[in-house]
Amino acid sequence: MNRLDHTLTQLRAKGEKALITYIMAGDPSLQETEQLVLELERAGADVIELGVPFSDPIADGPVIQKAAERGLQSGTSLRKILESVRHLRISTQIPIVLMAYYNNIHAFGEADFCRSAAEAGVDGLIVPDMPPDEAGPLRGPADAVGLHLIFLLAPTSTASRRAYVAKESGGFVYYVSITGITGAKLHDMAGVRDNVAKIRRHTKTPVAVGFGVATPDDAARVARVADGVIVGSAIVRRVGDHGQDGRLVQEVGAFVRSLKVAMQPV
Amino acid sequence: MAIPDRQGRFGAYGGRYVPETLMPALLELEEVYQRTRRDRKFQAELRHYLKEYVGRPTPLYFAQRLTKRLGGAKIYLKREDLCHTGAHKINNAVGQALLARRMKKPRLIAETGAGQHGVATATVAAMFGLECEIYMGTEDMQRQALNVFRMRLLGSTVTGVDAGSRTLKDAISEAMRDWTTNVRTTHYVLGSVLGAHPYPMMIRDFQSVIGREARKQILTAEGRLPDCLIACVGGGSNAMGLFHAFVPDKKVKMVGVEAGGLGVASGKHAARFEGGRPGVLQGTMTYLLQDENGQVNLTHSVSAGLDYAAVGPEHSYYKETNRAQYTSVTDDEALTAFDLLAREEGIMPALESAHAIAEVMKCAPKMKKSQILIVNLSGRGDKDVQQVARIKGVTL
Repeated sequence: MNRLDHTLTQLRAKGEKALITYIMAGDPSLQETEQLVLELERAGADVIELGVPFSDPIADGPVIQKAAERGLQSGTSLRKILESVRHLRISTQIPIVLMAYYNNIHAFGEADFCRSAAEAGVDGLIVPDMPPDEAGPLRGPADAVGLHLIFLLAPTSTASRRAYVAKESGGFVYYVSITGITGAKLHDMAGVRDNVAKIRRHTKTPVAVGFGVATPDDAARVARVADGVIVGSAIVRRVGDHGQDGRLVQEVGAFVRSLKVAMQPV
Repeated sequence: MAIPDRQGRFGAYGGRYVPETLMPALLELEEVYQRTRRDRKFQAELRHYLKEYVGRPTPLYFAQRLTKRLGGAKIYLKREDLCHTGAHKINNAVGQALLARRMKKPRLIAETGAGQHGVATATVAAMFGLECEIYMGTEDMQRQALNVFRMRLLGSTVTGVDAGSRTLKDAISEAMRDWTTNVRTTHYVLGSVLGAHPYPMMIRDFQSVIGREARKQILTAEGRLPDCLIACVGGGSNAMGLFHAFVPDKKVKMVGVEAGGLGVASGKHAARFEGGRPGVLQGTMTYLLQDENGQVNLTHSVSAGLDYAAVGPEHSYYKETNRAQYTSVTDDEALTAFDLLAREEGIMPALESAHAIAEVMKCAPKMKKSQILIVNLSGRGDKDVQQVARIKGVTL
């Protein structure tokens, strides 16, 4: 069984919600990314999402755009990220999902990439500019090695898109809580609840909610309505603030602990 | 087989590589467009604005002195520079604004490189009473300060984009982010045959009026089809507009001219077919300048409108199927062509179009005097006068 399925099934059995934390690989360096992953796990993260820096991240707001620039500056590539994951697997079995724009994967070669990623210990893949309609070239290679393709749904998604995307998505369904890009502000919790409920009609796969979850309070509110809470920009902003001051691991760890505490069932 | 297919594919190229948030908007746009393109009322409305507002048909002008000077093929200029706002971009802007009105979207956004598409969109927004915001790289804002001021005079907001290379590519990314955020109220007026389906097809259709007119005009003037068509290719909308009506005429050669910048060997250029390979950028699979890891390369051209790392997917398809040939000319060659056309014909071309003229300077002398060449003069050079002065070291 895929590490991601295992973790999400266990959490569901315990009535707990998954905390899914995003950091940009290579920001400020891959060595620090490895330290951060281990700290995120200690702080209570259940799943790690590793961003792959891309030169033209159309789905991302300014915080993650800047993180991608830092990642590229430190010389990060998809190949080097896979090496880091392989290295991390010596010390942790936490599920790891990569979030990569399609061109980085295409340049690597779809089949070669899926094989290498699964071998390194990656459990799933989120490609923000690849809806399932365009996922053909990845589907076969990903299925062959048990790598989940995780797709996104949005507030603008129609009923037919919901049915289609929910069916195609493996591991979890990623519900984008806002009509917008990463790091925008979450304001419509009622809409999130309704949409998560609608998605659940189409699939038993867990539904996680991301984009705009910035505070422990946001995390607590989202945890009440979804199976997982995805926090990205709010963590990445702290990486940006403390990347050079020696308090990086400590600051990020403290923030993630506060998210985890807020998500505990009362 | 009609291209693109229902998935928006031109052979292996095209498609819809966008965040899920935009998928419903693209599907809606496609549906509305497919319905309206067959709607006689819409077509009549479009024809009305193209004639009365844009000033179509544009002339197909026989450039007698240039022909004599180059000593080969007869050279005809398709005068898109005479369109209202000074470039072919308005053909598409009018079409998309009419569509936005049908979809009841009160706000338009657009990206712009040279500023011509931004001006065209700002113009139709003013004419139809729509709100309008234009994204433009700060590097381009500096190169095309006059167009920035024109857009503001027309009542649009111009927002500078200070990311990446601060040129067209970054303006498109920012416009896509705006569209992702405001998709319910906003129509994104993409300016070239780029992006996710249905944009490359729709913009080609709106621009294909250029080739339809030129085909009719040359048959009237010469009683036969031309031997060769030449157009510059940034995203490729003016080239696609000229080529499209001639695609079935297999004997008509089609040549697209990319920006060679400081020379392809220098690495500072935007020659995607010579220096790139297929990849995905901003919604579409196409030839792309990228490194071995799939990061998009920075580009360079004296012409902001050609300074882009990818090319329209239909051009990639014509390249692969050999229906069109693609070549490049350098900044210097384009500047020489700018001077030549000004002095021989009294026409100042946009620096984009000057690339096409530079290719004419290479091709025409090698052709027979009985042969006919049509070049798309996609825009006028007024916007570039300040930059040309700067390059020549002249203080105005």
